[in-house]
Amino acid sequence: MASNKRPELQAPPEIFYNDVEARKYATSSRMIEIQSQMSFRALELLNLPEGESAYLLDIGCGSGLSGDVLEERGHVWVGIDISEAMLMVSAERGVQNGDIMLGDMGQGLPFRPGTFDGAISVSALQWLCNQDKTSHNPIRRMRHFFQQLYNVLRRGTKAVFQFYPSCPQQVSLLTEAAMRCGFSGGMVIDYPNSTKAKKCYLVLFAGTPPGGFQLPKAMGTDEPQTSVKYERIKARGRARDRRNGKNVKAAPKSREW
Amino acid sequence: MLQSNVKGVTQGFPLGLEVTETEVTEHEFNPEFIQKMIPKLDWHALVTTAKVLEITLPEEIPDEQDEEFLRNLKVALLDVEVKEGTLICPESGRRFPIINGIPNMLLTEDEV
Repeated sequence: MASNKRPELQAPPEIFYNDVEARKYATSSRMIEIQSQMSFRALELLNLPEGESAYLLDIGCGSGLSGDVLEERGHVWVGIDISEAMLMVSAERGVQNGDIMLGDMGQGLPFRPGTFDGAISVSALQWLCNQDKTSHNPIRRMRHFFQQLYNVLRRGTKAVFQFYPSCPQQVSLLTEAAMRCGFSGGMVIDYPNSTKAKKCYLVLFAGTPPGGFQLPKAMGTDEPQTSVKYERIKARGRARDRRNGKNVKAAPKSREW
Repeated sequence: MLQSNVKGVTQGFPLGLEVTETEVTEHEFNPEFIQKMIPKLDWHALVTTAKVLEITLPEEIPDEQDEEFLRNLKVALLDVEVKEGTLICPESGRRFPIINGIPNMLLTEDEV
């Protein structure tokens, strides 16, 4: 991103990621590093069986930086992206164990059911919340996308999305759409207390894996801290309610109780 | 690559294939991975598509999956890449062009 403005607010993805912007993704070492790091983390969160090559879907594969990470680990992947310029960069860089195709995630995923052993997506999901054309209905597009994603994933596999939500409502909209389509899972937020290092990952499970699922632990957090924070928020909420003269149920063991 | 040809669009499978240019790149042979791909494939669709690419695969999946069979399958799945061509939806006849090895699966608004 050249400016501080969010790219989603500037133009539709197929326009924003033009030749110039796409070139940046191939040459800027900072961008490459951040993208690769996030792809690596997404792959880690996928938690695939050790030592096996899997067939993975990369949604919003762009110039193939995330694909490089997948290849490094011996996986075969299929990437889908809406920006032709980005895909051209990817083709030029030469993908080894990957296939790329031009497509719009809001239009669904043209694959056969149960094809993939997992899906990752780096910095793409927030685009789904946009209405870039008058005919776009973001909610319908989200639902369509998650429905088809659920279909193309093998049961018991996962999908991990790193994305930049612009507001909490966006997160709840996306998770709700995903849950409606049969996914379970939730958000993993790495380094939640840092503005710069904070990264959001939506981790989705397509069906229950054997032995149930457990949401992976976020980096840069430890359990007691979050629970303290939660308590504090609760307490603050109670104090506000009291100020507003609301009839609040007294907290157990408090004086009123 | 053939993978995306084999997987169909939401309605209509398998996609037909017309080829104008192909490229062959050698890939590493990983028998476990190829074996894992077999249950995911629609075999008849693959055999039909492979014929277009002048690769001969047995009509049925053999019971004995020896190395030669797996190697042959690897060529069909990974090595042969369609550079220029068209994918055709068997139901609607909709054509998806393949340019520079990238199939264009974008739909227009009234097709969504």
